[in-house]
Amino acid sequence: MRRFTWFNATSLTLGFAFLYLPMVILVIYSFNASKLVTVWAGFSTRWYGELLGNQAFLDAAWVTLKVAVASSSLATVLGTMAAYVLVRSGRFAGRTLFSGMIYAPLVMPEVITGLSLLLLFIGIGLDRGVLTIILAHTTFAMCYVSVVVSSRLVSFDRSLEEAALDLGCTPFTAFRLVTLPIIAPAVVSGWLLAFTLSLDDLVIASFTAGPSATTLPIKIFSAVRLGVSPEINALSTIMIAIVTVGVITASLISKRASLAQQRDAQAAARAQ
Amino acid sequence: MAQTVFAPWDNPDEKPLIQFKNVTKRFGDFTAIDNLTQDIYTREFFALLGPSGCGKTTMMRMLAGFENPSEGQILIAGQDMAGVPPNKRPVNMMFQSYALFPHLSVWDNIAFGLRREAMEKTQLAARVEQMLKLTRLERFARRKPHQISGGQRQRVALARSLAKAPKLLLLDEPLGALDKKLRQDTQFELMDIQEKTGTTFVIVTHDQEEAMTVASRVAVMDEGRIMQVATPAVIYEQPNSVYVADFIGDVNIIEGAATPHPAGDGYAIDWAEGQPQFHAKTNRAFAPGQKCFLALRPEKVAISAEPPDEAANRIQGKIIDIAYLGNISTYHVRLPNGTMMKAQTANTRRLSRRSLTWEDAVWLSWTDTAAAVLEG
Repeated sequence: MRRFTWFNATSLTLGFAFLYLPMVILVIYSFNASKLVTVWAGFSTRWYGELLGNQAFLDAAWVTLKVAVASSSLATVLGTMAAYVLVRSGRFAGRTLFSGMIYAPLVMPEVITGLSLLLLFIGIGLDRGVLTIILAHTTFAMCYVSVVVSSRLVSFDRSLEEAALDLGCTPFTAFRLVTLPIIAPAVVSGWLLAFTLSLDDLVIASFTAGPSATTLPIKIFSAVRLGVSPEINALSTIMIAIVTVGVITASLISKRASLAQQRDAQAAARAQ
Repeated sequence: MAQTVFAPWDNPDEKPLIQFKNVTKRFGDFTAIDNLTQDIYTREFFALLGPSGCGKTTMMRMLAGFENPSEGQILIAGQDMAGVPPNKRPVNMMFQSYALFPHLSVWDNIAFGLRREAMEKTQLAARVEQMLKLTRLERFARRKPHQISGGQRQRVALARSLAKAPKLLLLDEPLGALDKKLRQDTQFELMDIQEKTGTTFVIVTHDQEEAMTVASRVAVMDEGRIMQVATPAVIYEQPNSVYVADFIGDVNIIEGAATPHPAGDGYAIDWAEGQPQFHAKTNRAFAPGQKCFLALRPEKVAISAEPPDEAANRIQGKIIDIAYLGNISTYHVRLPNGTMMKAQTANTRRLSRRSLTWEDAVWLSWTDTAAAVLEG
């Protein structure tokens, strides 16, 4: 079979163009020397330098990072607990209702989640700031964590926990010493998912952020409304680079782990 | 040298290690264990044998503490186990899937249980080494479970469950995942280890050969009840019901009606219109004309081309099928009324010299004590 045909080449080009052309243009223009975004005036890294001098952006980045770390950690703990209970407790009355309610926020329009949180915070008199963004992000990221972790727990061999209990563990130590280390990859990817969701959330953050705390997406969005500046391009390029490096590292690590596992299994089969 | 036979169940002074007292276990509408009472003694190798769904695994899980009886009492060493969680019981279990902790090395897997009780470091290491030696795993101590073979994993699971020196070791289909040859070797290894450590073993299995090989007593179970508990030899030679006779090994079951034999010993059994009666001796008493079942093992039926002299039972038939298994052959013989009967002979001669073949008319014969006479 011929791999290269005009049809294949065209569909490949079209597909990737749709996916990556906008980003490529953004990256190229971030190195534009001109202040006008649409006019190319030669290569320069000037906007990256200016970005580092922009205190407002740096503050927003710091807030975003704090929120992302705190909310994803909190969401991971809560989401893992919810997943564990729902998978482990077996059948009880209303179980379907409970698991449905855990997953419902996944499909809920973000505007509604944001609005309801805003009303809640006003209702209980909580000043909007970093804390409220963290709480809001925890709320919606927790569902994602719980989905990721429970899909791992479903395939988890229950007898491993029973063996731990049988060997003298209390239910909590069995979870800490056996279950958690084994499901750790799922928990970590749940955390990463929560982290990235928090990093790029605009809608919920704009409902729950106050004047004292602005996240990077809000900052970018409001800056763009006044016109696209090359600084924003530079900032976005940095974010793309961070995400790319993260994704490639994660996939390399998991690929190496599975290769090592395969090698060991083959060695064991030969030794038999 | 005369050895005393190990039979604590026959000694009324012996205190049982495990007592099931009228235990019932229900899952919703389903009764897994039905009013079961059974004693198991120290140092016994007790096998629970039965088809899947007969309740044998439920019995084991109740001993381990993963399930609680719906009714009745389970005592271990005289202590009521109601409400005692698995981690507080003097019981360890070897799981069917082995349940080795994949993130720990063989060494750490075996040490896992010992670390839960504040054991001193050097003592702990010595105990782990001892277990590794017992199961011949010294070379694999630093490996992870996925880096060793199935047979080695099985031994790690055994070492781990024995490390805490439990009063009672539960084995859930321990050899199910091994191939036949390895399974046979491992059975003898298990018996050896059981003898060396003096631990009481309760094994759950659906493999009757395995139960017969390893166990001091076998309990044959069906639908949540124990049908018969006895030594392997008694279970095989003197089954108390058609179910047990049929479950263990190969058997011919012939339905008939018993009448006292004119010669005065045993019964004459009418089993088919116009056929000669069979003669069988038994301890059981049957009313004249009472329905009964003859359970006759194929290896106790002799097969010959010439009519045998002096046989208590003999009947002519035609060979329909021969199953050649190497060491033995099983002949499927059709009797004059159409009943099929199996007869087995050891192949002591080479193939070419044996004379019986398909469609041959042959005589089947057996003694008056060969068959068990059962009520149902």
